[in-house]
Amino acid sequence: MKHLRSIDELGVDGLVALLQLTDHMAEINQRPVPKVPALRGRTVASLFFEDSTRTRLSFETAAKRLSADTMTFNVSTSSVNKGESLRDTVATITDMGVDAFVVRHKSVGIPWQISQWTKASIINAGDGAHQHPTQALVDCYTIREATHTQRFDGMQITIVGDIKHSRVARSNIQAFSMLGAKVTLVAPPTLLPPDISHWPVQINHHLDDVIPSSDVLYMLRLQSERMSQGHVPTLREYSEQYGLTQKRVSKLKDSAIVMHPGPMNRGVEMQIDPSDVKNSLIHRQVANGVSVRMAVLFELLGTGSSLGGQA
Amino acid sequence: MSKSVVIKGGTIVNPDGQSRVDVRIENGKVVEVGANLSADVQLDASGCIVSSGFIDLHAHLREPGKEEAETIETGSRAGALGGYTALVAMPNTDPPQDSIAVIDFVREQGKRAGLIDVVPSGCITLGRLGETLAPMAELAQAGVTLFTDDGVGVQDASLMRRALEYAKGLGVTLAQHCEVAELTKGAVMNECQCCTDLGLPGWPSIAEELMVFRDIELVRITGASMHFLHLSTARSVELVRAAKRDGLPITAEVTPHHLSLTQELLSSYDSVYKVNPPLRSAEDIRALKVGLLDGTIDAIATDHAPHPRRDKEMSLDMAPPGMLGLETALGVVMAYGDLEIKDVVSLLSWNPARIAKIDANHGRPVAVGESANICVFDPELVWSVDIERLASKSINTPYVGRTLRGRVRHTIFKGTPTVIDGQAQK
Repeated sequence: MKHLRSIDELGVDGLVALLQLTDHMAEINQRPVPKVPALRGRTVASLFFEDSTRTRLSFETAAKRLSADTMTFNVSTSSVNKGESLRDTVATITDMGVDAFVVRHKSVGIPWQISQWTKASIINAGDGAHQHPTQALVDCYTIREATHTQRFDGMQITIVGDIKHSRVARSNIQAFSMLGAKVTLVAPPTLLPPDISHWPVQINHHLDDVIPSSDVLYMLRLQSERMSQGHVPTLREYSEQYGLTQKRVSKLKDSAIVMHPGPMNRGVEMQIDPSDVKNSLIHRQVANGVSVRMAVLFELLGTGSSLGGQA
Repeated sequence: MSKSVVIKGGTIVNPDGQSRVDVRIENGKVVEVGANLSADVQLDASGCIVSSGFIDLHAHLREPGKEEAETIETGSRAGALGGYTALVAMPNTDPPQDSIAVIDFVREQGKRAGLIDVVPSGCITLGRLGETLAPMAELAQAGVTLFTDDGVGVQDASLMRRALEYAKGLGVTLAQHCEVAELTKGAVMNECQCCTDLGLPGWPSIAEELMVFRDIELVRITGASMHFLHLSTARSVELVRAAKRDGLPITAEVTPHHLSLTQELLSSYDSVYKVNPPLRSAEDIRALKVGLLDGTIDAIATDHAPHPRRDKEMSLDMAPPGMLGLETALGVVMAYGDLEIKDVVSLLSWNPARIAKIDANHGRPVAVGESANICVFDPELVWSVDIERLASKSINTPYVGRTLRGRVRHTIFKGTPTVIDGQAQK
């Protein structure tokens, strides 16, 4: 595997293999000194053109635990603001000797464009509303961990919120379906893409209808600008219709789990503190993020050498 | 005195039929048509079609303002290589073509290049801002016959109505870029399943069709004549077909790329496929082709839109829309259009000459006494684009690696060959 740009590109075998590799990484992270020399001498550059805290830190932590060198390209201090083209930026950093770029950009397709301009591996950390494959890996791993199942056959996963503008939703719909889950999308029609008939999903516009049957309730973040764009009338109305309230939590199955990719909009899609939700996996998602990203980096940059040893 | 030219061994395609004869040209006119003619310059046309030169109703030459992408000279040369002897220069220059000064400049630069008749269009509204009318009477007196804000549509229905009323008094035609801007904010590609998967804001067909419908109704109440630029959807074709059935003075064009390429190409993330209006579905292509055959669509126009490489090397959302067209139009139309030769010439030459009101000297039959604006093309030659050999200053063509059929061999502009054996003569 050269790049990780989309779940589609990864395929079901690649997905399962990475989840299995993540188990090894999770074990490393349990050690007193959670660091191995697997990627010593390799360099990973973070190229973040969009604000991100958790994803960038998660990748950088993952790289360091594998003993890779890291480089951070911060857009606010970068030459992009001086009119240098993206291609020039990528070429310049490539010349410094980089083995992988971790890229986040507001524009769809940037990871594919960049991979034409460099020999380094490209990891998509989010491109527009298109893909965020490592988030989907994290979410699959987290569900796997919580349910002690390798596959999600028969599992009812409900994704709630702004599907239209969500790269997390696009990657997760693919990944969850690949593992056998039945995915239901819950949103007002304005927050669904206009033509969705080819997706392997059920659609429901009423959250209360699907709460009792959901095994996983996956809440998406609603950005406040969706109001000014006419997607929802008010945050209050959205919150009433699609927010997670104590009342809705009480109607969940005992075994149902609640997830959110973060950052949460408290008082909007989350009207309840996640710590008040019995089976909230939101903190596990963050913790597993490092292990999953270690697996991805090792898969792309590792030379097949053992993961053992001390750094 | 210019040298006399003879086109030997080709088949003339005229509205009244075909004939296999030589054509002799002197002093800018066709002087003799017959067998075994000779002249100072002899152009071999065996196996070729000899027709009136092509007329492009829709070319962005980028001068003045964006000479990095194209100049009137390089665009003229690209046009000549594509078999064109006249083209309508779109007004979205900087400054825009809304004053006599800019119109004169564009025309003069065209004459200076001397490869093609550059026919400047005028803006409908001042600065193409859609707020107040451009000085259309003054521009009409300077010879402008086609007015458009192309690049954008005139959004304000009341202003468009006034523009049509005013245009009617002047006897000029308004050409609309049909796009309701509220429906295409941030849009990158046609609203479709592929667009859903990519997570891109969609460019719905209705953004075009609503304005086509509005303008048809405005033509109905004003009686002014109207040309629809680059129609791209099946429903637009239906609307225009019905309007023509009602006898309204409406004409319409499609581009070669909307006849040959579909929306799914955007999943390559290559911004060369980003164009306005966007590439649509295979179903839309079928409807456009039916429109060409039944006369709903009058012309094929390139929407030649050069952009420098650094602008196109951006993400799909940031890259400007548009692709080259002049050098490939014939090859694309012949390869993808499913048209008879006579229809091809009609759509590329005879009809657009009338729409641009330059049919005194262009789009004429190849016959004694007519202006010698002539295209000689091999209808069977299969070729592909060599990006190194494009005459255009830009290289944003989607046809690299695609098989085209039909290639221009010679172009004669006002009696002088501008292209001989596929080579520009200056």
